[in-house]
Amino acid sequence: MSDPALLALNLAEARAGLARKLFSARELTAAYNDAVVEAKPLNAYITPTPERALAMADAADERLALGQALPLDGIPVAIKDLFCTKGVLTTAGSHILDGFHPPYESTVTEKLWRAGAVMLGKTNLDEFAMGSSNTTSWYGPVENPWRRPGDNRPLVPGGSSGGSAAAVAARAALAATGTDTGGSIRQPASFCGIVGLKPTYGRCSRWGVVAYASSLDHPGPMGRTVRDVAILLHAMAGHDAKDSTSAPVPVPDYEAALTGDIRGLRVGVPREYRHEGMRIEIEIAWNDAWEWLREAGAEPVEISLPMTKYALPAYYIIAPAEASSNLARYDGVRFGLRVESDSLEEMYELTRAAGFGAEVRRRVLIGTYALSAGYYDAYYLKAQRVRTLIARDFASAFERVDCILAPTAPSAAFAIGEMSGDPVEMYLNDVFTVPANLAGLPAISVPARLLEGLPIGLQVIGRAFDEETVLRVAQVLESAASFRHLPGFVAGGRS
Amino acid sequence: MIEGRNGKWETVIGLEVHAQVVSKAKLFSGAATDFGAEPNTQVSLVDAAFPGMLPVINRFCVAQAVKTGLGLAAEINLASVFERKNYFYPDLPAGYQISQYLQPIVGHGRVNLDMPDGTLREIGITRLHLEQDAGKSLHDQHPGLTYVDLNRAGVALMEIVSEPDLRSAEEAAMYLRKLRSILRYLGTCDGNMEEGSLRCDCNVSVRRPGEPLGTRCEIKNLNSIRYVMQAIDYEAQRQIELIEEGSRVEQQTRLFDVGRGITRPMRSKEEAHDYRYFPDPDLVPLVLDPDWVKQIRLALPELPDDMKARFMSEYGLSADDAGVLVAEKETALFFEQAARGRDAKMAANWVMGDLFGALNRLGIGIGKSPVSAGQLGALIDLIADGTISGRLAKDIFAEMVASGADPAVIVEAKGLRQVTDSAAVGATIDRILATQADKVAEYRAGRDKLYGFFVGQIMRATEGKANPALVNQLLKKKLAG
Repeated sequence: MSDPALLALNLAEARAGLARKLFSARELTAAYNDAVVEAKPLNAYITPTPERALAMADAADERLALGQALPLDGIPVAIKDLFCTKGVLTTAGSHILDGFHPPYESTVTEKLWRAGAVMLGKTNLDEFAMGSSNTTSWYGPVENPWRRPGDNRPLVPGGSSGGSAAAVAARAALAATGTDTGGSIRQPASFCGIVGLKPTYGRCSRWGVVAYASSLDHPGPMGRTVRDVAILLHAMAGHDAKDSTSAPVPVPDYEAALTGDIRGLRVGVPREYRHEGMRIEIEIAWNDAWEWLREAGAEPVEISLPMTKYALPAYYIIAPAEASSNLARYDGVRFGLRVESDSLEEMYELTRAAGFGAEVRRRVLIGTYALSAGYYDAYYLKAQRVRTLIARDFASAFERVDCILAPTAPSAAFAIGEMSGDPVEMYLNDVFTVPANLAGLPAISVPARLLEGLPIGLQVIGRAFDEETVLRVAQVLESAASFRHLPGFVAGGRS
Repeated sequence: MIEGRNGKWETVIGLEVHAQVVSKAKLFSGAATDFGAEPNTQVSLVDAAFPGMLPVINRFCVAQAVKTGLGLAAEINLASVFERKNYFYPDLPAGYQISQYLQPIVGHGRVNLDMPDGTLREIGITRLHLEQDAGKSLHDQHPGLTYVDLNRAGVALMEIVSEPDLRSAEEAAMYLRKLRSILRYLGTCDGNMEEGSLRCDCNVSVRRPGEPLGTRCEIKNLNSIRYVMQAIDYEAQRQIELIEEGSRVEQQTRLFDVGRGITRPMRSKEEAHDYRYFPDPDLVPLVLDPDWVKQIRLALPELPDDMKARFMSEYGLSADDAGVLVAEKETALFFEQAARGRDAKMAANWVMGDLFGALNRLGIGIGKSPVSAGQLGALIDLIADGTISGRLAKDIFAEMVASGADPAVIVEAKGLRQVTDSAAVGATIDRILATQADKVAEYRAGRDKLYGFFVGQIMRATEGKANPALVNQLLKKKLAG
């Protein structure tokens, strides 16, 4: 097969092609290594690992030849550079982790390699996963492979998993890992026209993932189709004794859940999501989706999530509070950047001032303030109470419905630099995604349609540990939307 | 009470004890905890706070804390929460210490003190919580650099906080000794202050008797009972002088200068750290199964207070003797092994007398005693069955201390077996009396004091081996003529 034809395959198709020996893992991986090079202008990768990829592909080919194929044998994936990878530079998009080569492998990536997947490289991201536009990375912004028709300004891919999303959309990776703390998988998936799933909190281990906000960080899969994401999740998920917040529950066969049958399913449509600064086109897309699900036999139910309006402020207290503490370890003492000085205090100050970018500094300051004596009750404690109420909102909604349908983001991708003036305006990008993080619920974004030539996604939120329903409904949406559009740039060409 | 320039002052003391949990592994990582290992050889990636590393609670350390709580007659909180205490220091790799703050694992308890006047003082325990130790900064390895040893980083500590119930340096010392004894009985802390497994912060204030509590100062990180006493005495005197001069005590954290025997300020209340405590999101609340706690309660060893009561009732010991014997678990076990089935009072006297004397001279603890409890018991048996006299036993014991040999072996080797043959003893007496005819005459004329002289002569002639009772019996008869 030609390179463009290989790159056009989705994960499930590539898996079938490898199994039937239509091409080798080496051929597939070589095509992707070339694609990574071709996609370099997008800046989606910080560290490509082509040699390692070929070595892993060869090992996969040996197993395939022996008929001992593993579930993901020979599947080239990209890894968000927040996952620690043994011996491979791991940056979290930050200057402060300069030269950091972890002597360990994160649980999630270890599981992928054990399932036979091939590592193409480490993808760019907002620094420490703090951002919704992938513009805060020390390694520079990532460009969305999509462009607005008639406007050649580069657009953001969303964030923080922007490199992963751009790579998958531009066919520079077959699939990718991401992490989602306030929407960092779903929003870039929406902006790049791919599928991104934030699993239930505790479903995928956080061990070896550089922490942003521990109680909100969710590793998860990103791919071209709902099925691809289901396949990847199966390999990534599972209890990990090394993560105390990992859930000791069995991992179901997510592909088997993709029956297409959602008859009788009650799908909640939250009233409060209507007026959150949403563009009318997004509301139309949402209404269309409601119609598609009805046609497939589901029953739309209007629900109320009254605490929704407090989710964003609560998130922007809790996440920075945890981050201010999680990022204290970057002190120049043991690894990464150190700016030398004769005094300890000054060494800390110089190192952290040089090592952290503006957005990270802002959140560390906000978080430190929110936890300070005299402010703790007014900010952190109150935000935690809001969080409890939001979880309660969802719990009572799920007494009446089986899942919830909502927009993923209030807009499509915007131009790089278009929005960076006001951080709060940027934070509003997370308005529809943050509640599922606060409640720890599984949520997926599926491309629904184009808005002025740019993809927008819709979100399905489910009950805790019910990724199966989320995936099933998402696949029905995917079929109904039959989103076949390609971005302006794809590796191998748009043939 | 301390006599000031114008009236009496009362010292009020509360102690915060940091007790290192006896455990092979650290509180949140699998790393080992051996004391004295080469620097940075007992460190996991979790302890060094590498990116993405996560803490996992060590079940054994939790069991040790529960056990300690039960040993302090304290409430066990079935749900407790680990929080982060945030501050920057190079020996604190994560930039926060995982500790317990609002919801500790153990609540109110007590420690009983046996006061010198025979009364009992109950000292309240406010709480006990689990936390990580920090690493160690080494400032003396290089002229311009500080080195960091993370071996201790992450080791489990129990912070045991007392109520401000103590009233003098002596009481504080008694409390510390008693607490250490309980911890050692429980096996939850080895109590070794030199190695830093037991460290103490003292909160000290003074007041006029009956008045409300005064402003306190906290003296940090004292690592011997002697320093605790010195620091409290100095600090109380300092505060009294301040108030008597008409100034005020400022709430402060102070350090004890071991060389000069004084306390000096470390930081004032205004400079106090803002630790920004918040629940550690990497850990879920610690929830204990009541049945598990019950099992730990049922498996508790006998503690010093109970053992003392039992020694008094079972062995008929005095409160003082029983108190001395139970102060250290090893002594109590030694005594009981030596005493069981024998004359317990005699065993107690041997342990507290000759054995303690010998150990003191040798400068060793009872754990390294050259005479085992079994050997001491065997010695007591030889006295009881008349094989040796009590006087000879002292010599044999000294020999046991020197050589570590069994008493029976020494008796045989040196021919020290007591002579109980009345014909042989009688012959010796006859010979002595024959050579001392004039003294015999004096005795018979009324100089009773000479009786002891004859006994001495006989014992010397038999090298102390003559059975004293037999000597008495025969001598009296023969002197009576």
